[in-house]
Amino acid sequence: MSSETAKPYTMVVGLEVHVQLQTESKMFSWTGTEFGLPPNTLCDPVNLGLPGTLPVMNGKAFELALKTAIACGCTISKYTKWDRKNYFYPDLPKNYQISQYDLPFSLGGSLPIPADNEGNGGKTVRLTRIHLEEDTGKMVHTSGQESEVDLNRAGTPLLEIVSEPDIRSSVDARLCLEELRLTLRYLGVSDCEMQEGSLRCDANVNLHIDTPAGKIATPIVEIKNLNSFRSVERALNYEAERQYAKWKEDGLTIKDAPKETRGWSDPDGVTKLQREKETAADYRYFPEPDLLPVVVDDAWVARLKAEIGELPRERRERFEKAFGLSEYDANVLVEQGKDVADYFDAVVARTDQYKTASNWIQQDVLRTANAKGIRVADFPVAPETLADLISRVGRGELNTQQGREVLGKLIEADGTGDLEAIIEAGGYKMVSDEGPIREAIEAALAANPKAMEDLKTGKKKPDAIKGFLRGQVMKATGGKANPNLVGQLLDAMLSELGG
Amino acid sequence: MQLTEMKAAELVAGIAARKFSAVEVAQAFLNRTEKLKHLNVYVHLEPEVVLDQAKAVDKRIAAGENPGPLAGLPVAIKDLLCVKGEPTTCGSRMLKNFRPPYDATVIEKLKSAGAVLYGKANMDEFAMGSSTENSCYGPTLNPWDTKRIPGGSSGGSAAAVAAMTAPVSLGSDTGGSIRQPAALCGVVGLKPTYGRVSRYGLIAFASSLDQIGPFTWDVPDMALIMEAISGGDSRDATCVPDPVPNYLAEIEKKPEKLRIGIVREFFGEGLDPEVEKSVRDAIALYEKLGAEIKEVSLPHSKYGIAAYYIVAPAECSSNLARYDGTLFGHRSADYSPANDDEKKLPALVRMMMASRAEGFGAEVKRRIMLGTYALSAGYADQYYNKALKVRRLIRNDFETAFKEVDVLIGPTTPTPAFALGEKSADPLAMYLSDIYTITTNLAGLPGLSMPCGLSSGGLPIGLQLVGPALSEAKLLQVARMFERETPWHTKRPNLTV
Repeated sequence: MSSETAKPYTMVVGLEVHVQLQTESKMFSWTGTEFGLPPNTLCDPVNLGLPGTLPVMNGKAFELALKTAIACGCTISKYTKWDRKNYFYPDLPKNYQISQYDLPFSLGGSLPIPADNEGNGGKTVRLTRIHLEEDTGKMVHTSGQESEVDLNRAGTPLLEIVSEPDIRSSVDARLCLEELRLTLRYLGVSDCEMQEGSLRCDANVNLHIDTPAGKIATPIVEIKNLNSFRSVERALNYEAERQYAKWKEDGLTIKDAPKETRGWSDPDGVTKLQREKETAADYRYFPEPDLLPVVVDDAWVARLKAEIGELPRERRERFEKAFGLSEYDANVLVEQGKDVADYFDAVVARTDQYKTASNWIQQDVLRTANAKGIRVADFPVAPETLADLISRVGRGELNTQQGREVLGKLIEADGTGDLEAIIEAGGYKMVSDEGPIREAIEAALAANPKAMEDLKTGKKKPDAIKGFLRGQVMKATGGKANPNLVGQLLDAMLSELGG
Repeated sequence: MQLTEMKAAELVAGIAARKFSAVEVAQAFLNRTEKLKHLNVYVHLEPEVVLDQAKAVDKRIAAGENPGPLAGLPVAIKDLLCVKGEPTTCGSRMLKNFRPPYDATVIEKLKSAGAVLYGKANMDEFAMGSSTENSCYGPTLNPWDTKRIPGGSSGGSAAAVAAMTAPVSLGSDTGGSIRQPAALCGVVGLKPTYGRVSRYGLIAFASSLDQIGPFTWDVPDMALIMEAISGGDSRDATCVPDPVPNYLAEIEKKPEKLRIGIVREFFGEGLDPEVEKSVRDAIALYEKLGAEIKEVSLPHSKYGIAAYYIVAPAECSSNLARYDGTLFGHRSADYSPANDDEKKLPALVRMMMASRAEGFGAEVKRRIMLGTYALSAGYADQYYNKALKVRRLIRNDFETAFKEVDVLIGPTTPTPAFALGEKSADPLAMYLSDIYTITTNLAGLPGLSMPCGLSSGGLPIGLQLVGPALSEAKLLQVARMFERETPWHTKRPNLTV
């Protein structure tokens, strides 16, 4: 288990995640939702809340929301409606937000978190609810007295996903978010870019502490302003320590103090008090009269279910079962993103060398893609070509080292190289004739009498000496010798020599 | 006959036949409007803008193009319908500088039908009121008696037609705001079924109740305008896509086996005897014309006013929240703290408070406060949610009644037009003038008011017909039956110009 178990407390965390949906137009109007455009250029009369305008539901956004809920095994409401959440704030042009209150489109559900190789994750986080709403605009606080409002974001479809307080460590919180992001990207629901705000997360956290008088809980704190996965982890760790220290100091429990909202400051590495909620804010929710309730029938759910492809967790399972990969390898291929797993699938569709494919993609392909700053979908070597190369290695036409060199040349050629021609030109052909290998072994033994001596006296371990000699042989054959055959012959010849 | 005395159908036909030009028509109404300025019917009227539109129509006719079914017809517009680039102020200081960058759907439809958008008609601020006294531009006077109110909130639109300063007009009806002023001004007013006419571009008072409708002199003109403005709209989710009947053809048909229901609850205490007599005479006439008359009951209608004054203010408190001086709306010039408590508030909050305090009138503030209270935590169940239940019961009452009858009949208002200032100090008395119209909005049904008599004081009396959802064609048919037999729709106020 993670390091928190050694602490004198248990961290209890629930997440509230906001995700912008990848739609061409806004939740209730027609302008686009691109990020990074000049302020107030993505505005239309409706998202500005101009007098007389009316919202019209974006059906695409609703379907993306439904897909998310279906993928998380949520209970889809047969009847759902829109509500107005009323509060005054300059980033909210109408001074109310169209949201969902008592009849959200989805309740329950869960998200299984994969295990990493350090004992984290490997559990399921239950979801409380998912609802759909419109995003607000953004306040830009400039220096001095003035604040500016950018309404480009106002009206962007926004999914609110609320988890149960099922998370028990900061690492698990991060893993949970990563799995959620991966799932949403698989579904094509959102690009989930935390830096651009298309995935935003608030965390509710408190501690359960065992005391001689029994278990107590510290007051709940909502942490806002978490703008990276790393900051989620750091903020939770900081907050747990802070709450524990504070409890030791004042002994206040959840019964004695109100819920507090604190903002995470990344540069300072601390949370800072934003406000204490004496009572819940009164948003005067009521049904949005400008929109019709939505009736979701079984046929609709069935159609969307059919549209949902394989989910990350299903893919991991398949990689393990169908290709014999370890849980760890399967997870690496899946968690790196859909294009990586797609690439793997395309390769193993054409070769039965599953393990080699997994290794080469995890190492050569990912390393090169990262170094070049490209997506694996744009990787210069087509999966068909890689499969061909791996199969040749599997058949013993090339050895592994040669295969990797050929892959390097293919990458260098940036998609224009022909596999056959590169192998031909480079003379990449494994030598499996015993004659030349025997000669090379004899030459190596002759050139290194000390090795033989060490072997006899037992001064060095036999494996080390054999490894050295094998290297000499490979060098002498220009790396072309069949390494297995080299090993076999070397063993045989050494035992003949009484080594 | 003078152009201003003609009905819409006659004007459209005459312009199309080139008996007279659209410009001549527009000029005639502009001249008359100028002479009747004291009625305070229009809050914005630019003769040049009107004449330019008329010129364009004449040009199209001269070029042999199809100018549209309403070509050259001036239409006065209630000041809460958005017209691109023109002031649209809702009779409020709050929106004095608002010029929408877009046209309401009905305005688009009128434009494409060739209508000439006439002036913006006065109204109670944000459509809240029953007398057009709650306007920042001052009250509109009733053309039949200038010491009296024209009704409201669409008082300007009703008076515009009654005073013959426009042949037709558009208003909006949230609790009776078309039918009540139509009754008090002696014209025909129709509140269509909720969703029959798009609300896109209607500045909202209470979204679940608001509906746009016309004022005309008679039923054929009503059919003409309804055909032009009705129909589905992809920009209004609550607008119904059902095809629009050919109302002009429908009104000439005679309904077979007409069953008319007299609403027992609409003939109780508070009903003026002269109004009752005119309505009873109308019912007798229908009976003579072969209709079967039945008494029906709407038992929950007595809760109508109470339910309405929770639902409508609740929606209004939210709809009007956007007017805070930040993005739009009047912004206070001075929001320095008035006292020590205000010193603790951020400047932004003080700006919003001061802007709303200055921008809204008393009745609007009263309803915002009522609605905010009704929606507040701890009170919502008792008020807002209870009102929704009552609304459901009222709707059921109508459904039950319409199993037995085709249309309901009764008075539109309890009394003829009352005097200016008479009810200003007593909001509840003012609210009661909508007692017969308000339940129709709560149920989303169509209601029509037509003139059915004159009081001994020479004031118009209105007859209300209510039908099931989307029964506008039937309502117009039934109204037309009455109109054929009676002179009331030809009566005009005596105005010296």
